[in-house]
This record gives sequence, C-alpha cells and structure tokens, in this order.
Amino acid sequence: MSQSSATLNAPQAETQVHVGLARMLCGGVIMDVTDAEQARIAEGAGASAVMALERVPSDIRKEGGVARMAAIDKVLEIQAAVTIPVMAKARIGHFVEARVLEELGVDFIDESEVLTPADSEHHIDKRAFRVPFVCGATCLAEALRRIGEGAALIRTKGEAGTGDIVEAVRHLRLVNREIRMVRSAPREELMAIAKELRAPYELVLKVHELGRLPVPNFAAGGVATPADAALAMSLGAEAVFVGSGIFKSADPARTAAAVVKATARWNEPAIVAQACRESGAPMRGQSAAAMAPDERLATRGW
Amino acid sequence: MQVGVLALQGGFEPHLAMLSSLGVAAREVRSPLALREVTHLVLPGGESTTLHHLLELFGMWELVRERHAAGELALLGTCAGAILLGRAADERQRPPRLAVLDAELERNAYGRQRESFSARIELEGEPLEAVFIRAPRIVRVGPQARVLARHAGDPVLVEAPGVLAATFHPELGRDARVHRRFLGLAVRGAIAV
Repeated sequence: MSQSSATLNAPQAETQVHVGLARMLCGGVIMDVTDAEQARIAEGAGASAVMALERVPSDIRKEGGVARMAAIDKVLEIQAAVTIPVMAKARIGHFVEARVLEELGVDFIDESEVLTPADSEHHIDKRAFRVPFVCGATCLAEALRRIGEGAALIRTKGEAGTGDIVEAVRHLRLVNREIRMVRSAPREELMAIAKELRAPYELVLKVHELGRLPVPNFAAGGVATPADAALAMSLGAEAVFVGSGIFKSADPARTAAAVVKATARWNEPAIVAQACRESGAPMRGQSAAAMAPDERLATRGW
Repeated sequence: MQVGVLALQGGFEPHLAMLSSLGVAAREVRSPLALREVTHLVLPGGESTTLHHLLELFGMWELVRERHAAGELALLGTCAGAILLGRAADERQRPPRLAVLDAELERNAYGRQRESFSARIELEGEPLEAVFIRAPRIVRVGPQARVLARHAGDPVLVEAPGVLAATFHPELGRDARVHRRFLGLAVRGAIAV
C-alpha cells in the first residue's frame, strides 16, 4: 500500500479506521455464507456484509469434527461475487489462519468460538494485524479483554446454530447491566471493579466515561427470524449476525430480505409484522436450554 | 430548518453526535413521513447497496430526488452516502445512483479494508484528519460541482448547489467544519443557520 507521506500510521489512527468500519455496519445484517451463490443472495437481499465459512453452525453441530477456517477457494469465490465487505472466521488463537485471511484481503476477521479452538488459553494478538477483528463475548469482562487484545467489534456469543435466541438475549442483557453498574460506580471504585471483572482498567474507565463499550456491540448466535433480529436491536444490539437462520430456512432469499427489513426499522411493530409475514418458514432449531454443557459453543474462549 | 440523518443502516450515530455538538437536535429518518419533514438530510456511510435497497424498499429513493430537485432538501453524503449522491463512473456498477451531484464516483476504489487509511487533508487552509474506509474515489467532477478538498490529487470533498459530498468520514473526527458547511446549505423556505 502506498499512501502520501501525510498518511498516519499511529495505532490510534489504525483503531479509528477499524472501529470506523464496524460503525459503518451498524443497523445492518451480516449473513453467514458458504459459497458465491449464497453470497449473491445475501447481497441482493440487502446484507451489509457476508461471513465466509466452511459450514454454517447448525451443520457443524450436526456433523461434528474439527471446524476450521473456510477453504481458500471458497473465500476467493465469495470475494469475487460481491462488493459488500467479506468477513471470515478464524479459530480462537489461530493467528496463522488469521494471517492467511489477512493476506487474502478479507475485510474483517471473526475469531470465533463456532470453530474448534486452536489455543485453549490465548486469543490472537489482534493489534498486530492490518484488518479488524470481531470477537464474541458473554459478559462485559470478556468483551473488554477482547477489546484489550485489539478487537474493533464485539458480538454476543449467543448459542450459534440453535436458532434459539435465549443466549444472545442473556448476553445482551448482562453486558448492558454490567455497563450500567460501571457507569454509575464512583470513580475510585473502578480499580476494584476492574480487579473483580479481570478486565483492563483503562477500558473499565472508558466504559465508565462513555456509558457503553468503546466499540460497537452486535448480536449473534441464535437469530433466526425478523422478530429475533428486532428483539436483539431493541435490547441495544447495533446490528445482527445471522448464521444458520438464513440458509437453513425454507426460503433463504425471502428470509434474508425480511430480516434486513426488520433490523432497519426494528422499533416499528407494523414494519416488523410485515417482515415476519414476508419471511420464509424459519429453521427448525434446537433449544439451547436442553443442551448438555459440553455441547455449548459459548463456553469456548474466556 | 429541520435536520435529519438517514438512520436505516450505517454510521448514523456519529453524525447525530456531531450535529448535537453543534447544538442541532437532528432526527433519525427511517420513513417517507420523516423524510418529508426535514430540510437537511445526511446520507451516512454504510453499505451503498444496502442503503439503496432500503431507500427503495421504504419508498424514499425517488422522494429524496424529488425534494432535492424542488430545492426543498439539502444533502450531505459521506462515503457510501456520497456514492449514492453522485453518478457511477461505469453505468453497470451497482447500486443505482441518485445523480443529484455532478460528479462520478468509483466504489471501493482504494481496495479492501486492509487498504483503508487516515490522512491529513486541507480544508479552507486548515488541516483536517480524514478517515477513509473502503472509500470511493471521485473520478470526474462536472462544471456544476466545486472541489473543496483533495487527497493525493483526488477530490475528496465536493460541493454543488444544495449538495455536499465527502469520500471520507468527517463524522468520525472532532472537526465539525464539514457539518457546519452542510448546515449552511440553502433550501427553499428555510433559513440557514
């Protein structure tokens, strides 16, 4: 890349460029796709980005095995098919998969618990990359640890591949509740809160000052219908990721368009009702509450 | 005057915050009804294909064009918003454009996110920190439009009667000059501040 001498390379400028892209995705829907055909359907339905992966989460659950980054040919095929940003998933801690995706020119990397973790203790040092990262979080402390490592965007983990929104709702509510707690705490208590949360002090201070995360927070993991998307937005999510919910539904193009519609105008029941009516039959789904602890993907990472 | 920010998708929050810092309580515009009530509208950054899709879906695409043509609606477009305001350098390039700005814009002209950058540009003789995110490039400026700022020779901020377009994101910085300029755009029946 050659830019003029006036180009800023300071980490702060880099952060602004990366968090800036996350802000541009707000109000939109990011859809999981496994090939060019699906990517075109997503773009045509108004998706603001697509997420390239090998198998959608519900198939990963069903088929088992080790879930890895998508095949290179698939990522390239998807990039060639659409003009919207292309994201791709790398395994937790697998910084070489992330380097490969960066090399391919992927616009955003999801260090994702949906794939089989490559490192049981450490996440990727995301500041060392020229592309932004999104990471899942179940609570404020986890979100702040990922932001501390350089994540430019946070999403709830939810429980991917279930079509059950309950875990995403739990994570959104918990993060919001903890933010309110940090916001209202007196300044001198913030260090103890940081110690308690096991989160970086500077970021706890930032949350105290802003009353929100320093990066956008999106919903993911179990969003299956236009109403689910609108629920997540109502609980403060700034955009939604939809995985299995689109391409495991009866009519992916219609479901995709309906979820986009409901997300853009989530606060208007008449519009959400229209979107629900226009949507294809949703994926069948699987109750997250009925799952054994070792079947849960949200427990991966810390 | 009544200022609105198109809030269907994209970086509308930072625009609302920037306008608020100037003492302007802008409203979020998501419907034709709200669109009819504003004299100044920001088309934010986001995905231009998504923004076009939603503007069409909710019956606002032609309405933006009509109200602007009637001199009732001043427009500020940043990044994706600027793409929609101008014309396509290549007619086959999606999405369709409003063509209310006499300039041609090429999408994703600098490359992918890896090639996004921030740079110091100059506006009205003073420096401005500009963030370019998967930015478009203005490849031709017609006689109706005037270039206000450049980066590496390319126009990055252009103005025409009732329209202002930036290929960067003035809403992500602290410098409010672009927004002030936008608020100064004249529309019929409204007094500019």
